[in-house]
Amino acid sequence: MKLKYLYKFVGVALILYSLIWGLLNTVPRLDILNETIRNVYYHVPLWFAMLFMMALSLIYSVIYLGSTRQKADTIAFNAALVGFFLAIPGLLTGSVWAKYTWGTWWTFQDPKLNGVAISVLIYLAYFILRGSVDDPVKKGRIAAVYNIFAFVMMFVFIMILPRLTDSLHPGNGGNPAFGKYDLDNNMRMVFYPAVTGWILLSCWLLELRNRISALNQKIYE
Amino acid sequence: MTLLAMMFFSLLLSAQQKMPQMADTFRQEGKIYVVIAVIAVIFISLLVFLVAIDRKVSRLERKVRKNESDQSTSI
Repeated sequence: MKLKYLYKFVGVALILYSLIWGLLNTVPRLDILNETIRNVYYHVPLWFAMLFMMALSLIYSVIYLGSTRQKADTIAFNAALVGFFLAIPGLLTGSVWAKYTWGTWWTFQDPKLNGVAISVLIYLAYFILRGSVDDPVKKGRIAAVYNIFAFVMMFVFIMILPRLTDSLHPGNGGNPAFGKYDLDNNMRMVFYPAVTGWILLSCWLLELRNRISALNQKIYE
Repeated sequence: MTLLAMMFFSLLLSAQQKMPQMADTFRQEGKIYVVIAVIAVIFISLLVFLVAIDRKVSRLERKVRKNESDQSTSI
């Protein structure tokens, strides 16, 4: 089987496995979380995939700045787009989880949630910035520079700052990340494949977006 | 007498250490498979959609490539 089909199949198979076995396997019995701990298999991989996509976007932005190959700019844009559309279900799944464990859909008291909200706005601004410039070379250059700042800010706001202060979100403040105390080996069996699967699926989505961009370019040439 | 009191106390303590409630009865009744089936169906339908889009893009690519080669070979 050709490699380019294999990764799609593997990604999808891993996600399906995590959907099925994630609901069936044994998980630690913890207060407050109860069965919702299984959301780790779905909420967290979405964010990992988003980070992966944003990192790709950053890499291609830097490549564009170095080479000004228009294709690199297109890939950077598409990767940010796919990442953004992974952040949305990430936010929604987190919100639903919060409703049942913290008692609220959202709170502005939590640094992680604030950080995520700011990051979403930062990337929204990236898309608006792209739309506001017409000349493709100028657009690519401004967008690429902004992308670098956007990624660094996002990383600080969602990975670094929340860990430095008090937060109810697992992995931040005083809370052990799910990785250390609450994620036992049973859960790891589902969690790691799920992360891999979602990253592979996001690559498939990126590939589709890139192919569509290339087609658009050819047709409107 | 104190021994009796201590025994009662320990019984009280063990009652506080109730296991966190999980969806055990739900599973015993087999309802978990309904949840899994629903989720699997939703995911697989989205997948079918994704594959269809992928195929459509491939078809368009072939068409555009054919158009290009036709244009370049035509006089």
